[in-house]
Amino acid sequence: MSFIPFELKQELVAKDTMEHARGGFSPYSMNGGTLLGIAGNDYCLVASDTRLCEADYYMIYSRRHPHIWQMTPSVLVGGVGFQGDCLTFMKMMQTKVKLYQYEFGRSPDTSAIAQMISIALYNRRFFPYYVYNMVAGLDAEGRGALYTYDPVGNVERALYRAEGNASAILQPFLDNQIGRKNQGDVAGPGDLALPKEDAVKLAHDIFISAAERDICCGDGVVIQVVTAAGVENYNYQLRKD
Amino acid sequence: MAMLEEPSCPGFVFDNVLRNQHLLAKCGGGSQADAAASSTSALPRAKKTGTTIVGCVFNGGVVLGADTRATEGNIVADKDCSKIHYISDRIYCCGAGTAADTEMVTRQISAQICLHRLSTGRLPRVITAKQLLKDYLFRYQGYIGAALVIGGVDYQGPHLYSVAPHGSVDCAPYITMGSGSLAAMAVFESRFKPDLDQGQAVQLVRDAILAGIFNDLGSGSNVDVCIIRQDGVEYLRPYLRANEKGQRAAVYRGGKPAVLRTDRRPVLADIISTRIIRDSGAAQAAGETPMET
Repeated sequence: MSFIPFELKQELVAKDTMEHARGGFSPYSMNGGTLLGIAGNDYCLVASDTRLCEADYYMIYSRRHPHIWQMTPSVLVGGVGFQGDCLTFMKMMQTKVKLYQYEFGRSPDTSAIAQMISIALYNRRFFPYYVYNMVAGLDAEGRGALYTYDPVGNVERALYRAEGNASAILQPFLDNQIGRKNQGDVAGPGDLALPKEDAVKLAHDIFISAAERDICCGDGVVIQVVTAAGVENYNYQLRKD
Repeated sequence: MAMLEEPSCPGFVFDNVLRNQHLLAKCGGGSQADAAASSTSALPRAKKTGTTIVGCVFNGGVVLGADTRATEGNIVADKDCSKIHYISDRIYCCGAGTAADTEMVTRQISAQICLHRLSTGRLPRVITAKQLLKDYLFRYQGYIGAALVIGGVDYQGPHLYSVAPHGSVDCAPYITMGSGSLAAMAVFESRFKPDLDQGQAVQLVRDAILAGIFNDLGSGSNVDVCIIRQDGVEYLRPYLRANEKGQRAAVYRGGKPAVLRTDRRPVLADIISTRIIRDSGAAQAAGETPMET
């Protein structure tokens, strides 16, 4: 990695910020994409729409671009935000996974990848990768493990989470349907984990609804489920407008 | 005490610029865009119809077309809004831009055209509507965010104009406006021919709007078409449902939030007068004796 003195870096960022304030150069853009993760008792699901776009210019770049990358045979990472940063960041992470494999002769497990991503993101605290990440895999006990991040590396293990463009549409619905929030007349929490088939159906349905109201969400949805047997793939079409 | 006389000076008055800048500074933003992005107390943002609207002349009249999506930022505000507005019996106007502006400006001009027709006793001309709209928009220097496509038929035949928010006018045989105008114009540029018949013109308008719906994020849902001829108008809404909602696998139960505490308090009031309304039927049905005053 090339070394840039801290002062120079600060100067560059300040210059960018000033130019941005004048309506000039901006190093980031938002290229759409919505992620959904659900962790179950014996699986972990991650889903994304397949539209890549430039919302500020009302433009579609691709209709067949899932925002999910495979790190190891049993760990998936979702990333949405600025596409340039997504690609660079994922390539970097895949390289690190390879180095780990060469050194230890096995793939890193889910928690190792989760930790690695957090550290890699925080390393760029003052010029972040504009990427919202989500790690899906299984933990040591074989349960679904879902980790979610903000662009500067805050990490949280969650049961269910939505990220990206339509996250504000998805998350309250997940809270209500999986978290059983604000359902006072229903029996208490108990086991919140959904059966796998229900989770896939819910993920499909929720993307149908998001495509109705979010202009960046549409074209298709990819649902990937990590189980002990491997990764299952489901593809569905969404509206194209 | 003498009343303060309002200073009369010719030309525009820009006093409110200072006031607006002051208000924006108070809201905590340098520019309006910053303020809108950062502060909740900033000026409210208007609903924009990120839109595809088109018009096309054929040998017997004019066809207007529009999509039906209205947006607020990245959110779809209305999935089936109407963007082809009535001006007179043979003049219609498609609107793109700030939804309230397109709605009000066409309503205003529609009323003026109606009064003009009544006072002159003649059928209104498209050029009159165009001139009223451009004058109105120019007066507001682009602050009324309406981009319009006006089409209609009068005694001189079919006419088609576009008016930009600052008041400039274009007259052409095919016109597109709104965020999807590039996609729609690509269709017209590749396929338009002079002296189209009605069927060809409608097909072209339909395909132009569809190009906008599928390639522009600000446009979507259905295609509306309005065909204006000397002998009548066909307003087809929707002309085509371009997008069907996906079929969900389940019906989701909403549930009710838990009631944590109930507290009933009597309304304290002094009774000033009482009036008893006689309703013997209901009282008897409830097993009571009718009340007498």
